Amino acid sequence: MDDLRELYQTTILDHNKSPRNFRELEDANRRAEGYNPLCGDKLTVTLLVDADDRVEDVGFVGSGCAISTASASIMTEFAKGKSRAEIEETFERFHELLTGSPSEPAEAPELGKLAVFAGVREYPLRVKCATLAWHALKAALENREEMTLVKTE
Amino acid sequence: MSVASLDVESVRRDFPILSHCMRGQPLVYLDSASSAQKPRAVLDAMDELYTQGYANVHRGLYELAEWATSHYEGVRDKVARFIGAADPREIVFVRNVTEGINLVAHSFVRERLGSGDEILISAMEHHANIVPWQILCEQAGAQLRVAPIDDRGEILVEEFEKLLSPRTRLVALAHVSNVLGTVNPIRELIALAREREIPILIDGAQGVPHLPVDVQELGCDFYGFTGHKLFGPTGVGVIWGRLPLLDAMPPYQSGGDMIESVRFEKTTFAPPPHKFEAGTPNIAGVIGLGAAIDYVNGLGIRNIAAWEHGLLEYATEALESIGKLRIYGKAKNKAAVLSFALDGVHPHDIGTVLDQEGVAIRAGHHCAQPLMERFGVSAMARASLSIYNTRDDVDRLVRALHKTLELFG
Repeated sequence: MDDLRELYQTTILDHNKSPRNFRELEDANRRAEGYNPLCGDKLTVTLLVDADDRVEDVGFVGSGCAISTASASIMTEFAKGKSRAEIEETFERFHELLTGSPSEPAEAPELGKLAVFAGVREYPLRVKCATLAWHALKAALENREEMTLVKTE
Repeated sequence: MSVASLDVESVRRDFPILSHCMRGQPLVYLDSASSAQKPRAVLDAMDELYTQGYANVHRGLYELAEWATSHYEGVRDKVARFIGAADPREIVFVRNVTEGINLVAHSFVRERLGSGDEILISAMEHHANIVPWQILCEQAGAQLRVAPIDDRGEILVEEFEKLLSPRTRLVALAHVSNVLGTVNPIRELIALAREREIPILIDGAQGVPHLPVDVQELGCDFYGFTGHKLFGPTGVGVIWGRLPLLDAMPPYQSGGDMIESVRFEKTTFAPPPHKFEAGTPNIAGVIGLGAAIDYVNGLGIRNIAAWEHGLLEYATEALESIGKLRIYGKAKNKAAVLSFALDGVHPHDIGTVLDQEGVAIRAGHHCAQPLMERFGVSAMARASLSIYNTRDDVDRLVRALHKTLELFG
């Protein structure tokens, strides 16, 4: 059970049960759908961005596992108020955290709450779950409406 | 036919992998519908081929080649007897059922299918028995028709019959659903198609490992199954077809070993089955398949079915005792496959928790997305039971599911 608690941290379980910003923005000016053909998980990210590509508001809807739902929820909390560059840089860090070697210490103070997903490193098959929403967010910022995860993480 | 006629402890000793651990716990393997584990006899047969009798088949004139060829062709005879084929020439070795279906699509259905024609499948088909037909239909301007199922997961036979039209060029059905476990009443469905002289293909991937199959008695035209779900190696399967049909069909793939004579002006093809086995085949795979069939015959397919049925009843009751669990697929005639959902827990999370407990199940869409849609879900968890599973395995599954609920509760 300890290993499981390592993966399914309290924060993750909480965001899975009550996802934040779980809505479709009515005034969205960007949107993208993320789809993981491996498991069928699907979610839609809607954004309201200003002229400088800064995220004023963000919401997501869809269904997925605890990891993908919690990751989407925590991502929306993080993304609000951030610039496109900040988001892309954090996604890169986040991705490194998830795909790092399990033997190396998973310390990522700069990631703040996002670091709760460090346990995913032990489960390579679940990395895509944790990044699905991020890929969709990135696609929305790049003005691509559909995003299907095909590459291996 | 009694449950006691299968000595499960002795069976378990035949499968080396079962003494291994997963995540530090004794392995409970409940994913045999995806791919079954291999008994020592299959591994030994392949090893013996490579260490004592290996050569290419149908070519060499030396002793080794003769040995390899006679064993390879011997498996063809064995398969023919195993599924009740009239003639070993009706047994075509392919990679898997997917390739077998593609072979029939390409070499049999394509030239019969015109604009406005129809192919009839069911709502519970695996993608392998959907996509090849869909592509053919698109190319020909034909329609793919889908026979509906009820909430228990049984084909609505009256609806199926209504969908058989003068334009139906092929019926393609699963013998047993890989998700719902439904054993389809294929004898009855085949008879309905045959009354109308409509050819019918049966996807037996989930049928052959669990039920006695006699293709002549069934009356279908094509029947496919795969080795790796029958305790054999991956990369080898069988498509059986009636000899006059195979005889009249053009080749699927072409190259060496499938010809009679090749001249630059004109090539003539070998008769079936070799017409459909271009190139050096999966020799070791076929030898392994032969050993797998011997193994199954040794246990007796009826004993296997009885053991699995007893286990299915036990597991169904045990799972139903878990509140918040819903089983998908409640057909009266059902193979040992249990697909389910837990309230508030995504199947992938179930899969991960169970993995930690040493229990291997499948979670996902099971290559049957239209069926997931039919039941209004994007994924299901699935436990499939086989000859080496025990009531203890089921108990461990149930305990792990309680743990899952505890974690996500």
